[in-house]
Amino acid sequence: MMAEFDAPEKILAAAERAAAKGYREMDAFTPFPMEELTDALKVKHTKLSLFVLCCGVTGGLLGFFMQYWMNGIDYPLNIGGKPLYSWPAFIPITFEMTILFSAIGAVVGMIFRNGLPRPVHPVFNIDSFERATRDHFFLCIEATDPLFQEEEVQAFLESMEPIAVTPVKHVPMREPDSYEDFKDL
Amino acid sequence: MPEPLVAPDQTYASITDKISGDVIGKKTPRGMLITLGVTSMFILVFVASVYWLLANGIGVWGENIPVGWAFDITNFVWWIGIGHAGTLISAILLLLHQHWRNAINRFAEAMTLFAVACAGLFPLLHLGRPWLGYWLVPYPNTMWVWPNFRSPLIWDVFAVTTYLTVSFMFWFVGLIPDFASMRDIAKKKWQKVSYGILAMGWRGSSRHWHRYETAYLLLAGLATPLVVSVHSVVSFDFSVGILPGWHATIFPPYFVAGAIYSGFAMVLTLMIPARKMYKLEAFITNRHLDYMAKVMLATGLIVLYGYMSELFFAYYSGNGYESFMMMNRITGPYGWAYACLLFCNGFTPQLLWFKKIRQNILVLFIISVIVNVGMWLERFVIVVTSLHRDFLPSSWGMFYPTKWDWGLYIGTLGIFVWLIYMFVRVMPMISIFEIKHLLPWRGRRIDTSADAE
Repeated sequence: MMAEFDAPEKILAAAERAAAKGYREMDAFTPFPMEELTDALKVKHTKLSLFVLCCGVTGGLLGFFMQYWMNGIDYPLNIGGKPLYSWPAFIPITFEMTILFSAIGAVVGMIFRNGLPRPVHPVFNIDSFERATRDHFFLCIEATDPLFQEEEVQAFLESMEPIAVTPVKHVPMREPDSYEDFKDL
Repeated sequence: MPEPLVAPDQTYASITDKISGDVIGKKTPRGMLITLGVTSMFILVFVASVYWLLANGIGVWGENIPVGWAFDITNFVWWIGIGHAGTLISAILLLLHQHWRNAINRFAEAMTLFAVACAGLFPLLHLGRPWLGYWLVPYPNTMWVWPNFRSPLIWDVFAVTTYLTVSFMFWFVGLIPDFASMRDIAKKKWQKVSYGILAMGWRGSSRHWHRYETAYLLLAGLATPLVVSVHSVVSFDFSVGILPGWHATIFPPYFVAGAIYSGFAMVLTLMIPARKMYKLEAFITNRHLDYMAKVMLATGLIVLYGYMSELFFAYYSGNGYESFMMMNRITGPYGWAYACLLFCNGFTPQLLWFKKIRQNILVLFIISVIVNVGMWLERFVIVVTSLHRDFLPSSWGMFYPTKWDWGLYIGTLGIFVWLIYMFVRVMPMISIFEIKHLLPWRGRRIDTSADAE
């Protein structure tokens, strides 16, 4: 069940009231990021940072040992009398590899964790959803929530004076929507 | 009270409509078509120069022994330096909570991408056999050799590749929500589909925004040391060598400051006309231009400090070669370049101390162009004057550029401007969602109301 609001204050208040009432399976759709809303919806903190760290460490170790092996062991090169284990000379590339792997990890991790690319989603069926990227704010209470009762939720949302309340044709689990399983990671 | 960062009459709808309206639903302005035509001719010059170079070899340039590097490396460093401002604006200003970056970061990031693309052409073309450029990459090969990782030239390959990749990803990630806006505003089917593919189905979900903001912050945190390291590695191309005039420890910070300096100059050179043509004064206010001018002044002072250090080292070291190099730089055959350099980079930015000058848009534009020229001359002076008269007088020589040197350089300018125009035509050149993010609303935890800095 989707409610449309026209101001950030309204959707924040609505989200806080909904969370207080006990609804957990919720999502909001806004044209710009709203930290306060994410907190009100009690979204779990993402593990993306840890993933990026692991990617970075991998990249760094890979870069360093690649250089050491290639220039020090496999085909040892004597460059200006520098020792074969010339770790200071290996630092720039190690650093760049760390950054490269971390950045790729961050971007790819963010996109795939978000379940993107995903051109088709039930919320797009709502006519006015186009304004979610423009100037309106949408709050959605999902049917998978244990406290969900269609009329009750509809009345609750309407009590917060939105512009409109519309039911979303929600596809049950086991269909493409199973991305919802991962959404809190 | 300082001017607000976003004009007070803007709403979420008006911001979206104005910025996306410059892209969708508007016929290509005649001025843009003319510019695209002119830059296409420059690109033809580029293609001809590259063809002639590949067919005949490096001899078509003015390089010789002793001056083995000239326009190729000068242009490479100049373009990379320009790219650094974009990353600074996007990444470093984000980490420093400087909200004024939101109006200029998209354009600056695009500028970075195109500048780095132009820069990357030069190391490739300046190889005697560019078609063997892949030898720079460590791949198992029939010769059973690996690249020499102890050389700054290879460090450069990794640094610039990483920089290009990370800049591209940073720019693209920033664009995803805006592509979604464009997708929703577009009326024609082909536009909706194209932007839809690029937006990857973005719907503005709060959960997604949370991950997005985390990723964006991480990218900013990664890009910050990256931008410092990339230009340091570029400076290592010189400072790791033993040539007087190159072998100086001041080079990494001096080059990085110089990069930011020339980068901001290029951002101003591009942004001031763009802002006028597209009437974006509501988003890129005089306050933004003021801040950019101040950054230019600060980095210009660091560059000036670099010049003073070089003079000091030449004197204090007591090293005959070093002091000769400096005297030759000032009084030798390229002394005119050094004098222009000091005027463009040392004297001109001092005008920015004065508020009246910073607020005069035309003068600011002229200063930014002068700085761009000055920074090109700086790289030229560093590269050529150090090479043309080094240790042994019998090895001394002179460098004179040929038409192919100029053709290639002007050609890359054409490519750059063409790419910028194409970007402006099809993509929102200001970050729509980030400007909306700046508008104040009640209950906000962080205060981005326009005059809180």
